[in-house]
Amino acid sequence: MEETLTFVTLTLAATLRVATPLVLCAMGGLFSEKSGIIDVGLEGKMLMAAFFAAATASLTGSIWAGVGAGIVAAEVMALLHGVACITYRGNQVVSGIALNILAAGLTVVLGTAWFARGGQTPPLGDSERLMPIFFPVARDNILVYAALLSVPFTWWAIARTRFGLRLRAVGEMPLAVDGAGVSVGWLRYRAVLLCGLFAGLAGAYLSMAQNAGFSRDMTAGQGFIALAAIIFGKWRPFPAFGACLIFGLLDAVAIRLQGVSVPGVGEVPVQLIQALPYLLTLFLLAGFIGNAVAPKAAGIPYEKEH
Amino acid sequence: MQSLTAGAAAIELRDIDKSFGAVHAVRGVSLAVARGSITGLVGENGAGKSTLMSILYGLYRADAGQILIEGQAVDMASPRDAIAHGIGMVHQHFMLVDTFTVLENLVLGAEGGPLLARGMAAARAELMRLGREYGLSVDPDARVADLSVGEQQRVEILKVLFRGARMLILDEPSAVLTPQETDRLFEILRALRERGVTVVLITHKLREVMAVADRVVVMRQGEVVAERRTVDTNTDELAELMVGRKVRLDLDKGPPLQGESMLTARGLSLVDRRGVRLLDSIDLDLRAGEIVGIAGVSGNGQTELLQVLAGIRAPTAGRLEVCGRAVDPDHPIDPAEMRELGLAHVPEDRLRQGLVAAFEASETSILGYQDQPPYCRNHLLDAPAVGRHCAELMRRFDVRPQAPGLRSSHFSGGNQQKLILAREMSRLPKVLLVGQPTRGVDIGAIEFIHRELVKSRDAGCAILIVSVELEEILSLADRVLVMSGGRIVGEVSADQADERTLGRMMADA
Amino acid sequence: MSLVAPKSARRPLPGWVEIVILPLVNVALAFLVVGVIVHIIGVDSFQALKLLLVGALGSSEAIGYTLYYATNFIFTGLAVAIAFHAGLFNIGGEGQAYIGGLGCGLAVLAFDRYLPGPLLILLAVLAAAAFGAAWAAVPAWMQAWRGSHIVITTIMFNFVASALMVYLLSNVLRPQGSMSPQSRGFSEAASLPSMQAVLKSVGIAVAPSALNLAFALALLSAVAVWVFLWRTSWGYALRTMGHNAEAATYAGTNLRRMTMLAMCLSGALAAGVAVNELLGVHHRIVLDFPAGYGFAGIAVALMGRSHPFGIVLAALLFGALQQGGTELSFEIPAMTREMVVVIQGLVILFCGALAHLPRPWLQALVGRRS
Repeated sequence: MEETLTFVTLTLAATLRVATPLVLCAMGGLFSEKSGIIDVGLEGKMLMAAFFAAATASLTGSIWAGVGAGIVAAEVMALLHGVACITYRGNQVVSGIALNILAAGLTVVLGTAWFARGGQTPPLGDSERLMPIFFPVARDNILVYAALLSVPFTWWAIARTRFGLRLRAVGEMPLAVDGAGVSVGWLRYRAVLLCGLFAGLAGAYLSMAQNAGFSRDMTAGQGFIALAAIIFGKWRPFPAFGACLIFGLLDAVAIRLQGVSVPGVGEVPVQLIQALPYLLTLFLLAGFIGNAVAPKAAGIPYEKEH
Repeated sequence: MQSLTAGAAAIELRDIDKSFGAVHAVRGVSLAVARGSITGLVGENGAGKSTLMSILYGLYRADAGQILIEGQAVDMASPRDAIAHGIGMVHQHFMLVDTFTVLENLVLGAEGGPLLARGMAAARAELMRLGREYGLSVDPDARVADLSVGEQQRVEILKVLFRGARMLILDEPSAVLTPQETDRLFEILRALRERGVTVVLITHKLREVMAVADRVVVMRQGEVVAERRTVDTNTDELAELMVGRKVRLDLDKGPPLQGESMLTARGLSLVDRRGVRLLDSIDLDLRAGEIVGIAGVSGNGQTELLQVLAGIRAPTAGRLEVCGRAVDPDHPIDPAEMRELGLAHVPEDRLRQGLVAAFEASETSILGYQDQPPYCRNHLLDAPAVGRHCAELMRRFDVRPQAPGLRSSHFSGGNQQKLILAREMSRLPKVLLVGQPTRGVDIGAIEFIHRELVKSRDAGCAILIVSVELEEILSLADRVLVMSGGRIVGEVSADQADERTLGRMMADA
Repeated sequence: MSLVAPKSARRPLPGWVEIVILPLVNVALAFLVVGVIVHIIGVDSFQALKLLLVGALGSSEAIGYTLYYATNFIFTGLAVAIAFHAGLFNIGGEGQAYIGGLGCGLAVLAFDRYLPGPLLILLAVLAAAAFGAAWAAVPAWMQAWRGSHIVITTIMFNFVASALMVYLLSNVLRPQGSMSPQSRGFSEAASLPSMQAVLKSVGIAVAPSALNLAFALALLSAVAVWVFLWRTSWGYALRTMGHNAEAATYAGTNLRRMTMLAMCLSGALAAGVAVNELLGVHHRIVLDFPAGYGFAGIAVALMGRSHPFGIVLAALLFGALQQGGTELSFEIPAMTREMVVVIQGLVILFCGALAHLPRPWLQALVGRRS
C-alpha cells in the first residue's frame, strides 16, 4: 500500500517536474496567440533563455542573475518577433522559425566560444541552481510553484481584466479594438513580451533547476509540445494546463515503461508514447475529437485601412 | 439651408472637399443637421455619401473644409475625436467581436478600470437602462455570434449610446435587415429622436427615408444636389434627383436578334451556411443575340447570381440550363466546364477575381483558358503562343501599354478591364456574363467596351450584364431585370425603361 | 496564410529595386549581424572569411563537399519554394525527407539482391519520392478537407516522423546482433556513383568527396521545377492559387486538389535529401540524416526568392558555408560549424520576416533621386 502511494506520489511529482516548462511556455504562448500573434518560436525563446540563464549563473554565481538573464534573453527574442510581426507586418510563422533556428545555432556558437565545452555551459553547483523548497524528493523549486500559479494568473488576466478583454478582442477582431480607440500594436507588443517572460522562466527552469547547466538543443521539442498543449486546450488556460500535465505524465511514464511489457498489450514502444502529444493534437486538428478554433485574427498582420 | 433647420445645428459641415488620387469624391459640400432630427442622406453608389460621413467620423481627413459640432469648430483626426464629441457611427459591416457577449462588446474600450468586474456591473445597469429607454432590449450575456443580424445591429447602436453619443450615423443600416427588422430599427430611431439624439441615415432606399426621416439630403457625384423636407417630396422626385438627368451614351444599335435560348434558370436559389437566402427563386432566360441587363443596388444578390451562373457556386435549389447542359444541386458544375460549354465570364471585381496582380499581362490573358490550345498542348504551355495571343488581344482592344511582359498590376483599371474583356470575348463565347463592365474605367474606354459588347451581341452572343450604373444598363440592354433582396422584382423592355421607373423598382424593395 | 506582403508594405518601388536591390540589402543585413556575432566571440571576421573561402573552395575536394552539401539545400529549397508558390508553408521538409529515406531504404533492402544497379536506384529514388509525397499528403489532406493549419500539422508530422524512424531503426530494421539503431548496409548495387568516379570515366581527375550523382538529380529537379511552374498549365494553376485563390477558383481550379498536388510535389522534392545521403553516402538507413536541411530549405527558398535559379545559387552559398564552416571550426576552435545554423536563422529573419525593414530607406533613397 505504502509502496503504491510512494509510486503514485513520485510519478505525480515527476509529472509536475516535466510539465513545469511546458506549463510556463504554454501560458506565455497563450498570451501571444490570444492577441493574434502565432508563436512557433517558443522553442527558440526557451532555448535562448536556458543558455543565458545557465551561462550567467555560472559566471556570476548568482541564481537570480541567472534567472534574470534568461528572462532578458527570451524578451529580446520576443521583441524581435514583435518588431517583425507587429511593426513590419512580417509573416509570423517565418519569424518564429527564424528565431528557433537562430537560437539553435547561437547558443552553441556562443557556448563554444565562451566555455569551450562543445556548446555546454560549465556544470552549476548547488548554490547556483534553483533548489527544492519543501520536499527534496519532489524537487519542488520555486519555478514549479511559479508554473502552478501562472495558470490561475493567466486565466484571471485574460478573463477578468481590462487587458485580457482587449487581448481577446484583438485576437478575434482587431478592427473592433481599433474602432474603440485602443492601439492594436501596443496591445500585441505587451502580449508578446508577456510570452517572453514566461518562456524565459521556462528556459531558466530547464538549465538551472531540471538540469545543472545548459546542453545543446536541451529544449528537445518542448516548445512545440507546449504549442500542442495550447491547441489541445483550445486556447484556454486550464485545459491547456491539463494538456501539459497529460503530456508530462506521458513523458514520465515513457521513461518508466522502457522495456516493460504491459499485460495484454505487450511492449509499448516508447516512441509511440513520445509521439502521442503530437498525434493527439493532430487528431484534434483534423476534427476527430472536438474542434479547436484558433483566435480568428491569428497570423494576420493588422493594417489600418487608411 | 438654415431655414430648413430649426434651432442650432448639431452638426455643420462647411465646404468639405476630398479626393482620392484622381477621384474627386466629395466636392465642396456644406450641410447642417438639426439637433434631435433624423436626416436621410441618399445617393447612388459612389455619390460620396459614405466618404462624407467617414470624414465627419474622423476615418478620413478632408482636403478642405470645416466641421462644426454644436457650433464649435473641431478637428476630427480620428474616430476617438469623433467619439469625444459625441458622434457615434454604426457601420454597414459590424465591428463586433463574435465570440464575445453583448456586454463584453459593449464595454470594449470603455471598461471603466483595469479590472472588469466593476465596470461590467455598471455597464450591465446602463445597458438595462438604455434598453428600457429606447426599446433596445438585448440579452447582455448572449454571445454575439448567436444573435440575429438585427440584434447585432442593436448591439452596435447600444455601443455607440453607451459611449454617450448624442449624434448617430448609420451607414446603410437596412441593407442587412429583413423588412420586420427594419421596422424595428425605425421604431428605435424614432425613440432616439424623441430623446434628442441626432440621427443621420445613409441609404439609397427611398421608401425607407420617406418613412423615417424628417429631411432628405440628396448627393450626386460628390455634391449635394438637393435638400427636402420629407413632407414636401415623394420617392419619384427623389429618384430623379438621385440619378439625375444623364445623357444616354448614344449607341447605334439595332434591334436584338433574340435567337434560341442559351441560358435558362428556373427557381434558382442560394442559401448560405448561416441560412441567409442570397438568391430567391430566380427565373431567367437569356437568348442568343440579346443583351439582358440586371439593375439593382449592389448587395442585392447580383454577385451571387453571377457566381452561380458561372459555376463558381452551386445553387442550393432550382435548375439551370446552359447551352444544353443541366445544372442543379445534384449535378453541379465547375467554372472550367462552363467555359468548355461556351460560357465566358467577366467578373465584377477584376482585381480579386479577374486577374492575378503579380502575373505578367500575357499570363493574365489566358486565366481560365490555361489548358486550351493554342496556348497549351498536353499541359505544356507554349510561351511564345501565349505572348502572341496577348499581343493580339492588346492590339484588338487597344490595351495600353502594349506590353505582354508587364505585370498586370501595372496597367490602369481601364486597361486591365479591356484585357479581361478581350480574353473572355476572344474565344467567341455563346454566353457572356459581364459584371460591372466599366467600373473604374475612363470615358473613352467605356465607349469602346460598350461598342464591343454590342458587336458581340450582333454576332449572336447571349450577354448578361450586371451593373450598378443605370445609365449603362439603359444604353446597352435590350431587356432590363431589376434585382432586390435576392429576387428579380421586375422586368422592363429597353424602350420602356427609364431611370425613374428603374430607380423606383430598385428602391422600393 | 498569406505569404504575400501586406498591401501597405508594398508601396511601389521600381522593379529593379524590388527584384535585385531589396533582397540584396536583406541578405547584407543578415551577414552584417553575422559579422557582429563573429566579432563578439573575438574572432577576426576577415581572417575567418578567408579561412572559410579556402575551406569551401580551396581544393577540388573542398568544392566537392560544398556541392554535396548544396545538393541537400537545393532539394529542400525547391520543396519549400514549390509550396510557397501555391501559398502553402511546408515546414515539414525535415520529416518528409526522413520518411522519404524510409521508402528509399525499404526499396533497396527489399530488392538489392535481385535487381541490377540502375533499376534498383531508379526504384529507390521513386520510392523515396513516393514516401516523401505521402508524408506530405496527410497534412495537405487535413488542410484541404478539414481546414487544419498546415504549418502546425507539418511541424507535428516532423516529430511523428522522427519518433517513427527511431522506433523502426531500433526495433524493426536493426539487424540481429547490432547495437546501433540503423538498417543493414545496402548492397554495392544501390550506391549512387560518386562524382569522382563519373568524372574519371570521362578523363577528369578530382579528389574523392561525398559528392555523387544526386547533385545532378538536384540540378535536374531545379530545371524540372522551373518548367513545371512556368511552362505547364498545372504550374500556372498552382501559382494562380498561391497569388490569388479567388482568381484560381474563377479560373476553374479545384483548390483542394491543387493543395494536394503542391504538397505532394514538395514532399517528393524534400525526399531528394534521402537520395543524396542514403544512396550517395551512408548506404544504409541511419538516424537523423535530414539534420536540419528541411528547415534550412526555408532559408534557401527565401534567399533564392523561390525561383529555381535563385535557389541553386542560394544552395551553393549555403553549401559553401557548411563546408567552409566545418573547415573553419578545425582552424579556429572558438568558431563552431553551428555558425552556419546562425546564418540560416538570420537569413530567414531578414529575408523573410523582416523583408520589409529596408523598404522605407530604399523608398527615401529612390524617391530623392527621381
